Amino acid sequence: MTCKAEHYMTGETAWCPGCGNFAIREALAGALAELGLAPHQVLLVSGIGQAAKIPHYIGVNGFNGLHGRALPPAIGAKVANTDLKVIVESGDGDSYGEGGNHFMHNIRRNPDIAHFVHDNQVYGLTKGQASPTSEPGMKTGVQVEGVMVSPLNPLSLALVMGAGFVARCFSGEKDHLKATMKEAINFPGYALIDILQPCVSFNKINTHGWYKNRVYFPEIQAPQDWTAAMDLSRQWGDQIPLGIFYNKPHRTFEESRAALKGEPLSFRPFNPEELSSLQNDFL
Amino acid sequence: MEVNVLIGGAAGQGMETIMNLLGKALVKEGFGLIYTKDYMSRVRGGHNFTRLRIAPGHPWTTLESIDVLVALNEETYLRHSDHLTPTGRVIYDPQLFNLPEGESRGVPVELKKLAEEAGGRVMANTVAVGALLVLMGLETSTVEELLKDTFAVKEGVAEKNITALKAGYDSAARSCSACFELPSKNQDGEKLFIDGNQVLGMAALASGCRFLSAYPMTPATGIMNYLAAKSLDYPVVVEQAEDEIAAINMALGASYSGVRAMTCTSGGGFSLMAEGVSLAGMTETPLVIVVAMRPGPATGLPTRTEQSDLEFILHSGHGEFPRAVLSATSHEDAFYRLNKAFELADRYQTPVFFLSDQNFADTHRSVGLYDFSRLGYNRALAAEGDFEKPYKRYRITDSGISPRILPGQYEGEVVLIDSDEHDEKGNIIEDAYTRRAMVDKRMRKLKGLAEEMDEPDLYGDPHPEVLLIGWGSTYGVIREAVDALIARGIKTAMLHFSDLWPLPQKRLRSLLAEVDHSCCIENNAGGQLSRLIRRESGLSIDNNILKYDGRPFLPNEIVKEVQNDL
Repeated sequence: MTCKAEHYMTGETAWCPGCGNFAIREALAGALAELGLAPHQVLLVSGIGQAAKIPHYIGVNGFNGLHGRALPPAIGAKVANTDLKVIVESGDGDSYGEGGNHFMHNIRRNPDIAHFVHDNQVYGLTKGQASPTSEPGMKTGVQVEGVMVSPLNPLSLALVMGAGFVARCFSGEKDHLKATMKEAINFPGYALIDILQPCVSFNKINTHGWYKNRVYFPEIQAPQDWTAAMDLSRQWGDQIPLGIFYNKPHRTFEESRAALKGEPLSFRPFNPEELSSLQNDFL
Repeated sequence: MEVNVLIGGAAGQGMETIMNLLGKALVKEGFGLIYTKDYMSRVRGGHNFTRLRIAPGHPWTTLESIDVLVALNEETYLRHSDHLTPTGRVIYDPQLFNLPEGESRGVPVELKKLAEEAGGRVMANTVAVGALLVLMGLETSTVEELLKDTFAVKEGVAEKNITALKAGYDSAARSCSACFELPSKNQDGEKLFIDGNQVLGMAALASGCRFLSAYPMTPATGIMNYLAAKSLDYPVVVEQAEDEIAAINMALGASYSGVRAMTCTSGGGFSLMAEGVSLAGMTETPLVIVVAMRPGPATGLPTRTEQSDLEFILHSGHGEFPRAVLSATSHEDAFYRLNKAFELADRYQTPVFFLSDQNFADTHRSVGLYDFSRLGYNRALAAEGDFEKPYKRYRITDSGISPRILPGQYEGEVVLIDSDEHDEKGNIIEDAYTRRAMVDKRMRKLKGLAEEMDEPDLYGDPHPEVLLIGWGSTYGVIREAVDALIARGIKTAMLHFSDLWPLPQKRLRSLLAEVDHSCCIENNAGGQLSRLIRRESGLSIDNNILKYDGRPFLPNEIVKEVQNDL
């Protein structure tokens, strides 16, 4: 059973009018529809924040967990049922700040999970504090003298950690975003898309127009060239490249585990009595 | 007719492997024993020792007195010789140190030299075990067989160890042969030689646990080691998480998605898990959390024992939600009780705690074979036709338990869980009516859970005047103290809690009304069970015997304190 894009969109959103989240949601619904994935085959995992409310607005299986902790349950869920298409979707604060440790270590694990980060360079739900990707100098109610720390570069970090799929999109380029999401979902392994999006309420610097005037689509000849990808990931300022910078699969977490070969663990029958020989170890 | 052995030396002298072999060999021959470890939080040096007690039946605890002291260094002799019995013996290496003048109990064995002759200094322990065997009047054959099994794949290692074993045997035989009489062998069938962590690891696997995510932390790591070793041959995935926050959240994801999942840690690591516990309660996701306690606060005494996290576990996680707390009392019981934790977690869709501690985790005992047919694997999932469509994860029911299906299980049905307050479908809400309905629904599960709790175990005099109350790993030592008090003419019984929350009170209430004196015995400074009993029942315990120096109780300490109270 497959759906049209609009069938995936459920519920009334709690987002601000004009938020980049709307376009991201539409792109995701379109990607799922075009991939022919039925709702029960997909699991959407999120943390906490405005972006992280997305499991309530996309009608697939959903795990809306704790702030910063979207990746760990996603791994667990994938281990239990390798048939599920698992997508993690959360904001920049959730994915790179509170969840930074999980971000690094799951790139090392390389589970077959697509990770879509709504990166608006600001904290929305807590009303406008700096996020790990905020521009230096950006003034907020907490960063009263302006952000003094360097921004985290998620794509460079992902490349350094060995991620196999690294892309940047912009919510204002919805068709490109949808196409990239499809690639990420089908990529065998951890796939990161850092999605630039405006926050209409709290980010007065990185507005829709700000991004629109800077983003461009570089010609990427060989997305297997790590150095070229690294160069693209470091471009920021007047010119911000979009696209799949790196795309080179390697052994996944699931492929490396003997127990995960065959039927999903969740649906395998079990009878404790068959394990009574375990005690022979202690005789 | 029993023998108490203490073997001591520095960390890194390789005591553990050979002592495990000796223990296994003795159990194979029919002796009942207990084997405990006292070790420091370091990899090399320091002072580590193990105690082995071979006694009639199957002893519950080790004692302070020593019949054979195996001193791999001088420090061991100096620290422990006060507890060596007058007829005891000291196995020592005269090339390493001399015993003080007038010490007539020495059995000199050139441990280092004989080990080197056999092929390596590391086998000094094996030489010592050979000496120990001859003192107890045993042959080396069973240990030899086990050495061959253990080192089957390492060429030459078994042979070298056997040479070392025999050298120690022959050397000690010159001083003293069969100078200790062992108790008669048990005739009660095959016995396992197993430690607490292995019991829990095996119980988890046999309960159908398919996912363990954890961060290594003493004294819980043994559970991880057991399951990791088994993951090569059984359908279980063990993942070493980047931190305990990831560990509990991974386990919750796996459980949501359909497998029995578990995490294990100690107090410090568990502190990091608290938000995840709350998530389990809110999302109604089954989860078994083993907390192997050690002394706190903070990093406390990392390799030692305490029962100081009961109140923390009872209250961990923000907000209000139902939970169950069970504990490891004995090797016999813990196997089935951890299975009960999995069954309750699935049935009530909520976090279930299993409290262990270093004293239980690291102690080996001789125990009977387990009956795996007693283990349950009831996932309590709704079958097709047993849930309304479209599926709602949090359907309000009288029991508070909603029909549960798995994501991906039924075409057209999706499962949505949410850490924010939610409606029956799982969608985020903020209205007061739904909030109240959902809190009430979750808390109703406590009523069912309360009915699942086992009453505490009663042992001792059927009409006691003195009642000793305990929980968790003190089961064995209190039991031996009860025997000793009864032998002294004091009508004593023990009431020992395995299931702690919701606190079962029936047996407690009736006994407290009967006895003259009640006493709660706990490895903590606050008397946490005593306080819990008072809070839940309004009843006061007369006295607390508390020990919080990181060491387990000895039976004579309890006997003395109880006698002082009376």
